[in-house]
Amino acid sequence: MGVIIDKELCTGCGQCLDSCPFEALELEGDFAQVNDSCTLCGACAEACPEEAITVPEVERAQDGRAAQAKGVWVFAEQRGGQMPEVVAELLGQGRRLARELDVEVGAVLLGHGLDGMAGELFALGADVVYLADDPRLAEFNDDIYCTVLARLIAEHRPEVFLAGATSLGRSLIPRVATAAATGLTADCTGLAIDPDKRLLLQTRPAFGGNIMATIICPDARPQMATVRPRVMKRGGRQDGRQGRLVAVSLTPEDRAATQVLEVVQALDEQVNLTGAEVVVTGGRGLGGPEGFDLVRQLATALGGVVGATRGAVDSEWIGHAHQVGQTGRTVAPKLYIALGVSGAVQHLVGMQGSDNIVAVNNDPNAPIFDVAHYGIVGDLFEVAPAMLNRLKTLRGQG
Amino acid sequence: MKIAVCIKQVPDTANVKLDPETHTLKREGVESIVNPFDLFALEAALRIREQAGGEIVAITMGPPQAEAVIKEAIGYGVDEGLLLSDRAFAGADTWATTAALAKAIEGLGGVDLVVCGKQAVDGDTAQVGPGIAQRLGLPHVAFVKGFREIENRRLVVERQMDDGFDVVEMPLPGLITVVREVGEPRPPSLKGKMRAKKYAIPMKDAAQLGLEAGQVGLAGSFTQVVKVFAPSHGGERHRLEGPPEQTGAQVIDALVDNQVIMLGS
Ligand SMILES: Cc1cc2nc3c(=O)[nH]c(=O)nc-3n(C[C@H](O)[C@H](O)[C@H](O)COP(=O)(O)OP(=O)(O)OC[C@H]3O[C@@H](n4cnc5c(N)ncnc54)[C@H](O)[C@@H]3O)c2cc1C
Repeated sequence: MGVIIDKELCTGCGQCLDSCPFEALELEGDFAQVNDSCTLCGACAEACPEEAITVPEVERAQDGRAAQAKGVWVFAEQRGGQMPEVVAELLGQGRRLARELDVEVGAVLLGHGLDGMAGELFALGADVVYLADDPRLAEFNDDIYCTVLARLIAEHRPEVFLAGATSLGRSLIPRVATAAATGLTADCTGLAIDPDKRLLLQTRPAFGGNIMATIICPDARPQMATVRPRVMKRGGRQDGRQGRLVAVSLTPEDRAATQVLEVVQALDEQVNLTGAEVVVTGGRGLGGPEGFDLVRQLATALGGVVGATRGAVDSEWIGHAHQVGQTGRTVAPKLYIALGVSGAVQHLVGMQGSDNIVAVNNDPNAPIFDVAHYGIVGDLFEVAPAMLNRLKTLRGQG
Repeated sequence: MKIAVCIKQVPDTANVKLDPETHTLKREGVESIVNPFDLFALEAALRIREQAGGEIVAITMGPPQAEAVIKEAIGYGVDEGLLLSDRAFAGADTWATTAALAKAIEGLGGVDLVVCGKQAVDGDTAQVGPGIAQRLGLPHVAFVKGFREIENRRLVVERQMDDGFDVVEMPLPGLITVVREVGEPRPPSLKGKMRAKKYAIPMKDAAQLGLEAGQVGLAGSFTQVVKVFAPSHGGERHRLEGPPEQTGAQVIDALVDNQVIMLGS
């Protein structure tokens, strides 16, 4: 199956070849041809100046779920009574979407001994909190968490279900989407509503961040998405805001097959990259492990944490916990400073959402400059100390 | 122990370059590789087999040329391979993908453990592993970074979390997805490579899996891509050149002026 190319209209200009992210188009003679790699994404149809390309309409099963579903739900992830920051961001986003759809915001909270947390969710914007408090939910086990969530979804039929793209969310939510027999879009960085069709427009990076894709779930409900932490703005807090609390009970048969034997907090090993306001990252341009001393100094002066490229991590100059990028952490701090980082796409996907990006590199053509708000061409061993000096002077310490 | 490993063929994104002008992909000559995370899955399976005995079957879904990743897996030392290929699979989202993979695993009969890489580097969803587990009614543990105990009827694993890790016991049959910390993949063996050359790869299409056209590929998917575009790197850009004392001070001043850096702390 592939896109349909109208040979009458095709002029063989080749613009579709350049637009295709999958190398699925080839020129044969004077016409474009489609091969097996086509995923029907439609990028070529948009690029074609002759409107010669169409994406075939496929028949999908319609089960009428879309008409009955109502409400925006947020999964209020918690571990040991602690909610990650992303829950507040989801509720902020959820409120905005719910306003456009003119529906309520529900928050689903699972665990044990969660006194007071429902109140926090109301303050953050939930109209309804579904609270399942049971000793069997004290620890996170995918199967029983999934059973409870899928049952709630079947019973209350929300039209949108959002969760954080955390380790927990990315393990649990795909299972829930499968149990609910609906679509799921991973790791979204943008959400919007198509008001006519009440569709959730879910935007996410694909291909290691090389392209962005907007995805919909036309028929099945809920429309589920995990959302990348620190990309959406958290909503305002309103102390004393009230809502409806719905207690959810488990059935006697509900049990987890897996069992958590031990929970090991290892924050120092993990480095709190995701939550940091300022990240100073060092790459191979540092020349060796001692180069990170300079990175640490700058990070400390700015109240930030130390990040690293895979190049630096693979050279064993610093631990993997510091790695930013596709195979490391995704960060979106207020300030991101990259020292001696070339800016490979796998690195860029992990940091390009940052509010302010500063790059220091002695190669004026380094790709990092494509995303930098402040690009400094120069030797990092001269520029970074100059930055430190200026900070000291301005703070009256120089 | 009978182990199924799910692997995927992906374009080598390390060599994918952005065209600086158009911000589209330049993929001329880009090779296809085994998804890097799936190499950790293969390595994990090989280590489990070393300890518990048994056999490993590597499964991939993809176009006919995806047989290359099965050959590679044989080279690493897996016992059997299986290629799921059908034009009707094109455009599958994770729901339609897990439909095919789950059926294939069921068809193997008596699988004790399914191992997947944490995610594929082209789609980056991490959804396939947990989706397969749900379809097969198996427990799963995602993002496994180490093994504490490996027995025929149970595993004790370390699960990576954002704030540390959990030690989790899982009865078998079950499914795990693994991260790089499980161990660097060994090099393929000479013996394995020889065997891979001659190995005739079993293949199944949708019908042979007992799936109808409406259950696979784009038609069997819930999600639909409606737009693809180049990422925009918003915001004004400034290029600072000159003596380092000057540019270093300039950037700090600009960040202070824009209240990105607060001096008062
Ligand atoms: C599947 C896959 C996943 C990956 N995931 C990640 C990931 O998560 N994160 C990641 O970072 N990478 C990742 N990579 C690797 C990525 O492709 C790059 O290899 C890596 O980011 C390069 O690191 P670097 O910028 O430190 O090194 P280099 O590319 O070697 O760049 C060093 C830069 O420093 C500059 N420089 C040198 N000396 C100085 C000086 N004195 N002053 C100023 N500048 C100087 C040079 O001009 C150069 O631009 C991945 C690759 C693959 C294949």
